[in-house]
Amino acid sequence: MISAENIEKSYGEVKALRGVSLEVKEGELFGLIGPDGAGKTSLIRILVTLLKPDKGSATVNQLDVVDDFRKLRKQIGYMPGRFSLYPDLSVEENMTFFATVFGTTIEENYHLVKDIYQQIEPFKERLAGRLSGGMKQKLALSCALIHAPKVLVLDEPTTGVDAVSRKEFWEMLKRLQKMGITILVSTPYMDEANLCDRVALIQDGNILTINTPERVTQNHESILWAVRSDNMYLCIRDLRKHPGVKTVFGFGEFLHITLRDNTISPTALEKYLKERCHTNIAINPIEPGIEDVFMDLMQKHDN
Amino acid sequence: MKILRYLLQKEFIQILRNKSMWPIIFLMPIIQMVILVNAATLELKKSDVYVVDQDMSDASRQLVDKLKGNPFFQITSITDNDHLADQQLLNGKAGVVLDIPENFEKHLKRNNQASLQLRVDAINGLAAELTWSYMNSVIVDYNNQIRASWMGVSKFDPPQKIEVSQRYWYNPSLIYSFFMAPGVLVILVTLVGMFLAAVNLVREKEIGTMEQLNVTPIKKYQFIAAKMIPFLAIALLDLSFGLLIAKMVFNMPFEGSLLVLYGFTTVFLLGVLGLGLLISVVSETQQQVFFVSYFFLLVFILMSGLFTPVESMPTWAQWLDHLNPMYYMMKVIRNVVLKGSGFFDLKYEFLSMLGYGVAMFSLAVMRYRKTA
Repeated sequence: MISAENIEKSYGEVKALRGVSLEVKEGELFGLIGPDGAGKTSLIRILVTLLKPDKGSATVNQLDVVDDFRKLRKQIGYMPGRFSLYPDLSVEENMTFFATVFGTTIEENYHLVKDIYQQIEPFKERLAGRLSGGMKQKLALSCALIHAPKVLVLDEPTTGVDAVSRKEFWEMLKRLQKMGITILVSTPYMDEANLCDRVALIQDGNILTINTPERVTQNHESILWAVRSDNMYLCIRDLRKHPGVKTVFGFGEFLHITLRDNTISPTALEKYLKERCHTNIAINPIEPGIEDVFMDLMQKHDN
Repeated sequence: MKILRYLLQKEFIQILRNKSMWPIIFLMPIIQMVILVNAATLELKKSDVYVVDQDMSDASRQLVDKLKGNPFFQITSITDNDHLADQQLLNGKAGVVLDIPENFEKHLKRNNQASLQLRVDAINGLAAELTWSYMNSVIVDYNNQIRASWMGVSKFDPPQKIEVSQRYWYNPSLIYSFFMAPGVLVILVTLVGMFLAAVNLVREKEIGTMEQLNVTPIKKYQFIAAKMIPFLAIALLDLSFGLLIAKMVFNMPFEGSLLVLYGFTTVFLLGVLGLGLLISVVSETQQQVFFVSYFFLLVFILMSGLFTPVESMPTWAQWLDHLNPMYYMMKVIRNVVLKGSGFFDLKYEFLSMLGYGVAMFSLAVMRYRKTA
């Protein structure tokens, strides 16, 4: 449904995308995951015909994003990262406006937005600028869907949204997916990766890996331990000095470490830390999460 | 067409909802017309005259009386002391000093000639020239009068051989506000139309709605036209409002046809709104739009012929003025309002402004990119 090949984009000296390729299948919920400045927005703006790539090509529903942009715009629903509806028009006026410029009406595609729009319909007379953050987002999604697009592209829809609304939002996306809409969504939150069918991890304009969330973590080769002690700061320093330890990163109250070889045992490491006067030491082998994989891939890429 | 109609509907809803627009739309015409037209005048009124009369004779008193009766002059004081005169000119208390030397009457009677001295404050060259020529006419008048009364009217030497009688056409009583009011109207419609349209467009960029609009199938010309038409309508509304004020406050005559005036104004607005939108399309913020439009507007106004006649500019400036839409409009509105010129009298201006409008609109559409 969406296919990008070797896309490059620079803004002056800054390289935003360095040869990005990806493939999104029809009906898929695809996540584009990476930190701020990774190139997510640039890639998305290229796919929705708002930006021309310097090199490479991309098609959405077999339509080229540069040559067939006119036809393509009717088939894509795009929700930019920043709220971009008219704050001085009411909820209903915004909806009617975007329906009309796409040559349709709210009634015609009401079934698509019903679930979402019903939640904000009681406030349809209210100006969009006076809605709460969560409602603004629902309105933006409704407006992006009102012309019954085949593909829905969302740029960081959950950034700055509270946990409950985030969960709700992903449930809405799942329902839209069931209606047959292909969805490409970008997010800086690693934990949202598990909600996608497949994810692409992107960093510094490069795609690190593309796979299902399960596979991404399974393919992780290194052994991962969670370590903690009373003095975390010294613990990081001492662990980094240990020749068998490859990486140390802080993850909440634990440190996640990967090992250079599998010969060290947890007890040996505990002894090593005890010798350096650490107390309350806990070492548990754990299953890697997306974030661990991301850190690992980033390290590999940098080397 | 349906999309354009809907875009227009959206713009009007937004404009009507924006409460801060109303003062601009209705207060600006009142303030500009009432204050500017009255205040910005080149008419010379009540120039202060400081008379140094060292003769103190009948002849000198007659001259002073003549000055007293002239509406353009106001005598601040009459002394025989020359020392203070320079001081009076320097601190601006007198616009002109008239020196009547000692033995003025004696010389006049005995030698049939005498001298006077005029010192005029020429900081403002135009005012100085006017003062000079008014003063001169008073003295010439005085001269003729004393010749007639002292020598008697001679058969062979009548005091005045040729009399020039003046008739001013199109503004017979030389009322300055009739000249200024149409000019201020042009500034008014330009200011309202150009700024409102330009700021409105760039606001879509600032609040991010442009990003959403650009993925819709709205055509570029539709978007630009939808940004132009509402403000063209508002500018024409302000023109009507301004004309009404001119009629009621200044009793300005209206010789031409309203249809011709509105037709020309619409074509003119196409150009200045097009320029405003072009500036907006290539800018990112309202600040940039304001700065660049202000620059253009200032040059346009100062070169439009509002205050100083375009004919007295250097040739290169007159040539350059053909790029100034306000130059055409200034000419058109004064001719239509005061002279009653019709469409065919102004067809060159019409074609120039139409060309300007089409060029600006096309440039704005072309420079507007939906894809970066």
